[in-house]
Amino acid sequence: MLELYRQMLLIRRFEEKAGQLYGFGMIGGFCHLYIGQEAVAVGLQSAMRVGKDSVITGYRDHGHMLAYGIDPKVIMAELTGRAAGISRGKGGSMHMFSVDHGFYGGHGIVGAQVGLGTGLAFKHKYADDGGVCLTYFGDGAANQGQVYESFNMAELWKLPVIFVIENNQYAMGTSVNRASAEDQLYRRGESFRIPGIQVDGMDVLAVRGAAEEARQWVLSGKGPILLELKTYRYRGHSMSDPAKYRSREEVQAVRDKSDAIEHLKQELEAAGVTEDELKALEKEIRQIVQEAADFAEQAPEPELAELYTDVLVGQY
Amino acid sequence: MAIELKMPALSPTMEEGTLAKWLVKEGDAVKSGDILAEIETDKATMEFEAVDEGIIAKIVIPEGTDGVKVGAVIALIAGEGESAVTVQAAAPAPKVEAPAPKAAEPAPQPVAAPAPRAAVADPDIPAGTEIVKTTVREALRDAMAEEMRADDRVFVMGEEVAQYQGAYKVTQGLLEEFGDRRVIDTPITEYGFAGIGTGAAMGGLKPIVEFMTFNFAMQAIDHIINSAAKTNYMSGGQMRCPVVFRGPNGAASRVGAQHSQNYGPWYAAVPGLIVIAPYSAADAKGLLKAAIRSPDPVVFLENELLYGQSFDVPKLDDHVLPIGKARIARAGRDVTLVSYSIGVGVALEAADKLADEGVDAEVIDLRTLRPLDKETVLKSLAKTNRMVVVEEGWPVCSISSEIIAIAMQEGFDDLDAPVLRVTNKDVPLPYAANLEKAALIKADDVVAAVKRVRYR
Repeated sequence: MLELYRQMLLIRRFEEKAGQLYGFGMIGGFCHLYIGQEAVAVGLQSAMRVGKDSVITGYRDHGHMLAYGIDPKVIMAELTGRAAGISRGKGGSMHMFSVDHGFYGGHGIVGAQVGLGTGLAFKHKYADDGGVCLTYFGDGAANQGQVYESFNMAELWKLPVIFVIENNQYAMGTSVNRASAEDQLYRRGESFRIPGIQVDGMDVLAVRGAAEEARQWVLSGKGPILLELKTYRYRGHSMSDPAKYRSREEVQAVRDKSDAIEHLKQELEAAGVTEDELKALEKEIRQIVQEAADFAEQAPEPELAELYTDVLVGQY
Repeated sequence: MAIELKMPALSPTMEEGTLAKWLVKEGDAVKSGDILAEIETDKATMEFEAVDEGIIAKIVIPEGTDGVKVGAVIALIAGEGESAVTVQAAAPAPKVEAPAPKAAEPAPQPVAAPAPRAAVADPDIPAGTEIVKTTVREALRDAMAEEMRADDRVFVMGEEVAQYQGAYKVTQGLLEEFGDRRVIDTPITEYGFAGIGTGAAMGGLKPIVEFMTFNFAMQAIDHIINSAAKTNYMSGGQMRCPVVFRGPNGAASRVGAQHSQNYGPWYAAVPGLIVIAPYSAADAKGLLKAAIRSPDPVVFLENELLYGQSFDVPKLDDHVLPIGKARIARAGRDVTLVSYSIGVGVALEAADKLADEGVDAEVIDLRTLRPLDKETVLKSLAKTNRMVVVEEGWPVCSISSEIIAIAMQEGFDDLDAPVLRVTNKDVPLPYAANLEKAALIKADDVVAAVKRVRYR
């Protein structure tokens, strides 16, 4: 439980720092923060086996990388566009990968990762390697046609894929019920015979439990399963979103009543973890994040010759 | 030490903004996530959140101030163990700082693209090798079957590829030999199965994704370009995508505008892709085998009208050809005809007609459209000094546009006449037999163009 807390807190502080660095002009372009949704990636990925299973997501991907134990330094250095970044500074916030961890990105086209994740699950089945693919997408992507093309083939071929809808209630500025004829998104697999479960995405233990259940389901050869994680993002869609489509009170109410980190903190205290221990942890995490930020600030930019590398693998 | 709060950049383009409103005052305790202020940018009013914890010691820029530069100190927070008063005393006089100057940038130096490797020649065919008349259709099937025998990671998926034996019978017999694990019928769902094939390639398999025709790949072009072509670059070389997208491309016969289009120029415009468009059966086989083995994503453009044509194919255990190398389909000295795919047949027919008139035309079959074998084209131009590009496709922003640009930029001194092109007419392909014929390239048009570049 303490480890889950630690990971969520790391993501929160990392993202706050990323927001700050964006404000300083250290991070450019689009930057989508995960603040508020931490319990989803942490709870789900704690049930996965790093290196055996695969994970793929959209562009709001910093939290998913941190939840997989990937070094905050190389993530932050990618955000600042440095050679030491995990994509050598050529991907940026939305395009980060760690094939070693089975983390396949980091995709900027809404919904594209659903087809790709289904393909990764195809590979697990084809190679009979006992892995599953955790495929994240948002409530916005849930309306993309290719999601249903993928659902169809995933069920038809009984692929080991866990589809995860991170329902943070807003597709950029459009709320779920303004965009979805069926806004109970866990039901979106029904016409493909894919079972769906709705999960409280603000409760990391509930998320973890759902992930274990889902993993067992797909590993038993029953085909895909769909999890809808009800969550909330506190910040705008990206750094340049003023979030005028919802009230400050609405955001504050979620923070006050449902915050996943506060919730787990109370449980930890009830379980006997002392305030001093929690304070020490907070301090340690702030230290890690600061070191990541310093590293990301000081690391050199890519050499100009990098412009032409990695376009093709082969020599022709 | 006091923590400086600086004017944040709140969009990719913001340089300054208005500090519209403070939501905290001096002496307030703040923690991460608290909203401190509202800042107006040129586009919107944004909330500015606290990252650090502490007491607001000093508000440096009062609310209502316009033109606050990004990076200017707007307030100070006293950290743990510090009193707000000491921080205030130490506070700098309010001033609007210019944004921190960027580290002096070195004068931009032009970065040269890496020099292309000297083109690799086709492997020699040993003397005495048996030559077998083979259709393009069979050559493509043989290429897939051979590679599937050699490597279990290779599989083929697409509409009607298995039980139906291929909509154009290119995958005939594969299901029987390799079974339904490796020869997979998909629903009619191009975007979906292109995504699955691409994802499987990212996972380490070597998929061959067949499109019934490339017209339908328009539904899937996002995965071909955004997912397959760009991922290796975006991941700093971590994530490979060795997938082959193949199927018939270009005009067939009387199938109308939506089923008759050459996508060569579209895909050849995209860095990160290999694009191959063969003419002969031997090239189709040797290049499809190379495409399947390539660690990069390949778009392999076939032609329905060529499927049934027979060519000489050497009977070798492993006939693999180099990607990125053009072939001189007919040697000549008076004029160079550059083409690819079915256009090569038109160019060869024109060369025969020209030979009757005493004109010796060299015909270059590009075979690969990306990377393009400029060297072979320019070498031929240096020999003949006159060039016509023949392309079964639209003229605007085409492969012929590219060849002409290359001739201008890198072969200008060798030109004795402007390079001309013979392409399809710049209209959607019509259905009526006479109109369709009028819209497509013909050998006579090539002959006429050659006469013009020879000023005859």
